Amino acid sequence: MVQNKDKVLMKGNEALAESAVRAGCRFFFGYPITPQTEVSAYLSKTMPKVGGLFLQAESEVAAINMVYGAASAGARVMTSSSSPGISLKSEGISYMCGADMPCVIINVMRGGPGLGGIQPSQADYYQATRGLGHGDAFLIVYAPSTVQEMADYVYAAFDKADEYRTPVLILSDGMLGQMMEPVVLPEPKDAPTDKPWATTGTKMARKHNVTNSLYLDPQELEDTIVERQERYNKVKENEQRYDAYLTEDADIVVVAYGATARVARNAVNAARAKGIKAGLLRPITLWPFPEKILTELAETASSFLCVEMSMGQMIDDVRLSIHDSKPVNFFGHTGGIIPTPDEVLACIEKSAAGETFNVVPYKSKMKGGE
Amino acid sequence: MAEELKVQRPHCLTDVNFSYCPGCGHGIVNRILAELIDEMGIEGDSVIICPVGCSVTMYNFFNCDMIEAAHGRAPAVATGVKRVLPDTFVFSYQGDGDLASIGMAETVHSATRGENITVIFINNAIYGMTGGQMAPTSLPGQVTQTSPYGRDTNIAGYPVRICELVSTLDGTALAQRVTVDTPAHVRQAKAAIKKGIEYQQRKLGYSIIEVVSSCPTNWGFEPVEAMQWLRENMLPYYPLGVYKDKGAELEAAQKGGE
Repeated sequence: MVQNKDKVLMKGNEALAESAVRAGCRFFFGYPITPQTEVSAYLSKTMPKVGGLFLQAESEVAAINMVYGAASAGARVMTSSSSPGISLKSEGISYMCGADMPCVIINVMRGGPGLGGIQPSQADYYQATRGLGHGDAFLIVYAPSTVQEMADYVYAAFDKADEYRTPVLILSDGMLGQMMEPVVLPEPKDAPTDKPWATTGTKMARKHNVTNSLYLDPQELEDTIVERQERYNKVKENEQRYDAYLTEDADIVVVAYGATARVARNAVNAARAKGIKAGLLRPITLWPFPEKILTELAETASSFLCVEMSMGQMIDDVRLSIHDSKPVNFFGHTGGIIPTPDEVLACIEKSAAGETFNVVPYKSKMKGGE
Repeated sequence: MAEELKVQRPHCLTDVNFSYCPGCGHGIVNRILAELIDEMGIEGDSVIICPVGCSVTMYNFFNCDMIEAAHGRAPAVATGVKRVLPDTFVFSYQGDGDLASIGMAETVHSATRGENITVIFINNAIYGMTGGQMAPTSLPGQVTQTSPYGRDTNIAGYPVRICELVSTLDGTALAQRVTVDTPAHVRQAKAAIKKGIEYQQRKLGYSIIEVVSSCPTNWGFEPVEAMQWLRENMLPYYPLGVYKDKGAELEAAQKGGE
């Protein structure tokens, strides 16, 4: 067992970066953007010391294509960015999905759309979970909620990327990236070397490998996509991750992920203290969405409450998972505002009173339009 | 009399027929690249990246490991491969729209970083694959599908001269413009590409061989007429020659120091 003395105090972004190195990642290509800065800064210092490469690309577009090349050459490789930069990377991500190239991509979300803001946000949920680029494609998406999970899930992400031959996205936010917590870092491991599909040169010993997403014959393209879908089905079957807190007897199930889940957990505790049977279902994988547990909870809960830092995006997946069999209420903030435990508690109380609602508090409206 | 085999398909080419149009420069350049890979014995250590354009299906023609890249992104993909496998020969085979328009940033920055890759740049002053639109290298007055009245420089600006541009960057090891309209020019082009591969091996930096090439299909000429048009119109705007040669500079410096 890991001892307490092994704990170190780190920023979320730094724990994530160190954990990537420990997962055997030796190649990082990125472009500066707030609030993921610490990831690049940490890796630019660390990579040369471990025989790895940190390369600052000329653009997000170039960075993701460098990732594509490095992945094709068989390396464990990562890039990180924040919302507007992820939009730029979406071209390359689609190509990587189409060519079945494993890699890890970090999105430390900030407010959008457009340049938005630099404060924490969860408004990229749709983008992350609907495949991110064009075409029939998905990414495995992890949403850590603590600095420890930043380290744990980036470490796991490299293995899953290789196992399913797919890009994996870590969907974090400015709050988790910047906050400091004690963390136990994982043991260093070597990157796998058995990638028979990699374009490393034939050495005149095998048929050539081709990294490609182009299929001019529609039947060939359909077959390729259907084969990939079968892999996605395996991901959906095996990789749904969540944390269920006090849900077993819960009337009101709060559903929240990432930084918002931390706030929601406090609110759930406060509601319990008031005698309300509240629980928290925290999705850890956003794709595949933990639909199985939600289907089960729908049998016992009287209503659900989604809390997000967006106008309400994950709520669609909650409603789909339970087939709208129970009311799904929504409370959110967006633009970089973090919901408070009191606000969420008030929503749990309203839910307990049988109210249905969909609220993003609007300051000027709250003041009566003054 | 016994028959003697004089010419055969290079080993690094598959038995798939090229899909290029008659009179197109791609076929010639694919062939000389293949001959060089054979002659230099580097088939098993080569990775060729072919982005969107008429050469996008090159992965069907070569027995080397191949990567298809997004439009304009081949130098970035090549960077990723080369940084992981520094002793592998990495080729980026690009057309004019790809290299000089949508991929200009990747071109300039891979050159200025001195990436040890060899870029083969087919400049035929038109978008061939999509059916003949104006390219960044289309000549002033050139009629294309999207410049039906001729390229108006007041609207569309001027063509880009890539060898001249990248020759100003310190990371560029070789920038040479060649053509393939005659056997003599084909031999010259082959020598230039060979030098690019050698510079890659010596890790001198980014090498680019610009091949002024013809597109009879989209120019609207017979293959022989197209070569004539190339000589009369392309070559005056895009003069052949060596624009940067770090190897020669090093040799000269060495001689000067002796």
